[in-house]
Amino acid sequence: MKMSETKPQEYWRWPEYRHTVPGKDWHNAKIITAGVDVGSVGSKAVVALDGELYSYSVMRTGGVSEATAVKVMNWALEETGLKLDNLQYVVGTGYGRVNVPFAKRTITEIACHARGAHYIYGPTVRTVLDIGGQDCKAIRCDEKGKVLSFLMNDKCAAGTGRGLEVFADLIGVPIQDLGKVSLSVQEEPPPVSNTCVIFAKAESLALLRQGWPKEKVAAAYHAAMADRIVDLLTRVGVEKDLVTTGGVAKNAGIIERVERLLGIKPLKPNIDPILAGALGAALFAKALYEKEVGLR
Amino acid sequence: MITAGIDVGAKFVKVVILKDGKVLERAKALVGFDVLKSASDLFESTIKKTGLSRNDIKRIAATGMGRETVHGKPPVNAEEVISEVMADAKGAFHLIPNVKTVIDVGAEEGRGIKVGPNGTVRDFVINERCAAGAGTFVEAMARALEIKVEDMGSLALKSTQIIPMNAQCCVFAESEVVTLIHSKVSKEDISRAIHDAIASRIGSMVLRVGVEKDVVLIGGVALNPGFLPPLKRELNSDIIVPEYPEYVSALGAAVIASEHKE
Amino acid sequence: MLAHYGYKDGSGDYFIIIDTDKCNGCGDCVKACPYNVLEIILNEYDIEGGDMAVVKEEQRKKIKYSCAPCKPISGERKLPCVLACKPKAINHSW
Repeated sequence: MKMSETKPQEYWRWPEYRHTVPGKDWHNAKIITAGVDVGSVGSKAVVALDGELYSYSVMRTGGVSEATAVKVMNWALEETGLKLDNLQYVVGTGYGRVNVPFAKRTITEIACHARGAHYIYGPTVRTVLDIGGQDCKAIRCDEKGKVLSFLMNDKCAAGTGRGLEVFADLIGVPIQDLGKVSLSVQEEPPPVSNTCVIFAKAESLALLRQGWPKEKVAAAYHAAMADRIVDLLTRVGVEKDLVTTGGVAKNAGIIERVERLLGIKPLKPNIDPILAGALGAALFAKALYEKEVGLR
Repeated sequence: MITAGIDVGAKFVKVVILKDGKVLERAKALVGFDVLKSASDLFESTIKKTGLSRNDIKRIAATGMGRETVHGKPPVNAEEVISEVMADAKGAFHLIPNVKTVIDVGAEEGRGIKVGPNGTVRDFVINERCAAGAGTFVEAMARALEIKVEDMGSLALKSTQIIPMNAQCCVFAESEVVTLIHSKVSKEDISRAIHDAIASRIGSMVLRVGVEKDVVLIGGVALNPGFLPPLKRELNSDIIVPEYPEYVSALGAAVIASEHKE
Repeated sequence: MLAHYGYKDGSGDYFIIIDTDKCNGCGDCVKACPYNVLEIILNEYDIEGGDMAVVKEEQRKKIKYSCAPCKPISGERKLPCVLACKPKAINHSW
């Protein structure tokens, strides 16, 4: 995305991207499925070949979620040679009663995230922490990936991607660098006393005016958000292995502080954790397709 | 006897000078980055207007979020600090002796108070630390609508239809307002939805202390004409808004200062 | 499965917790609630599960306010939904 000189820098705007996993050929695949996760802030599409990640795309959810679903799916297919018709089953998921027009079924994002987390991190997963653009989910599951307990908080912006976007704008640091900046402090300052994003923003502004450097204010803000996230997690109970999904899972400033507070190290992902929902949906799509054609 | 009350709020500092039970002077100013300076400057300019000096004032009580800032600190040198709920109850009682329920909505907090005999506090509930529960919400939405916060209320009164607002958080509501504007919903209808939302939140909290007449509304948000109609509907009750509602807390502090027994 | 409906914001934690293993979908809580906070739907997390009680989608983000009248500051707190539930599947965190 090019930014003209006259346009003010938008620190909150994270980069959109697509990717095809090298070394795979869809012509050899028996079952080609897809999952589309339309979040309130970001939309994700995943194409899976025989239940394995093949290609994906991540973009900002536009005003009309149906249109975004089509866009993000097409972007994931781009450069692969695949067409929408080649997909044998598509499952939609995401925020609220989302509508993915070309999906055969919708499955709750809780179930998709648990399933996707199992793919990304393996069968030892017992606790999934998903921090998205506008919500925070804590999911406890068993060894089969079945949900035992869950909690979702999408009422309050604190600790969500939106809360971090607001802060990135305030201190003028691009959001993808925010976490790193917050970890560059020598000594961890106390967390800001407010978790409410509006009040925390005012408090941070006062700290900046008092002469606090950006890293220190970032650290204080991240510390408060991490505190809140741990509170939510503790409600469902934390059992090893703990894993993180969603866009904010990429913010090292949040994840490391959550680690410190819990005394548990979350597993490190090899796949972009923002894809967990769409990936889980694509895997459900495979299972549903197999059921349909009598393979199960 | 002359006493004074100073209410150091989140957004405004208010001063009331009381002589023998009657308000001699009242003034308010925005709280700047330096809270002590804002409060002190306002206090000094106010007593200057009355021709009094600090020594002429027998006792000063401070209330509000920043009350400790002026506690024993010159030039205000407040002798005592009082909780907001106590100041609210006493101030409302001073103006309306039959008050039983006080609702105070300020910049950062909303409070519901059940008043006991002689303007004391029987029960209270506070809606705090969440911007959606106080005046900040209206202010933030005014920014999103790109209109002055003083005009929000009158705009809401011109609304012709009810639009539901789903977001319960100030940050999410700002995005929702932007979406509504793009969907060509009128600013009048959006403003009304905003006032309905906050009245619903405040009203629900007040129900926890019970609604008993006379119900009195005070605080900065009481100045907003768009807030009163939905609040009356929520509580299914008449509501009295005294003159200068944003000063009632400071007034209450001044009254409490005058009742102090050595 | 323990489903937590509600939220945590700057002012506190507000969760209605429904144990879907204990809930039999009888609907007594829905009838008991004076403020339309609950409803019965088909269990969407467990394909073998039957009907279950949930907090309505439009109430989920404001239960602090919707449930406020049942939680007076002073006097007795009787939560009609909790009292009505025979299998003791529903609980409030505040």
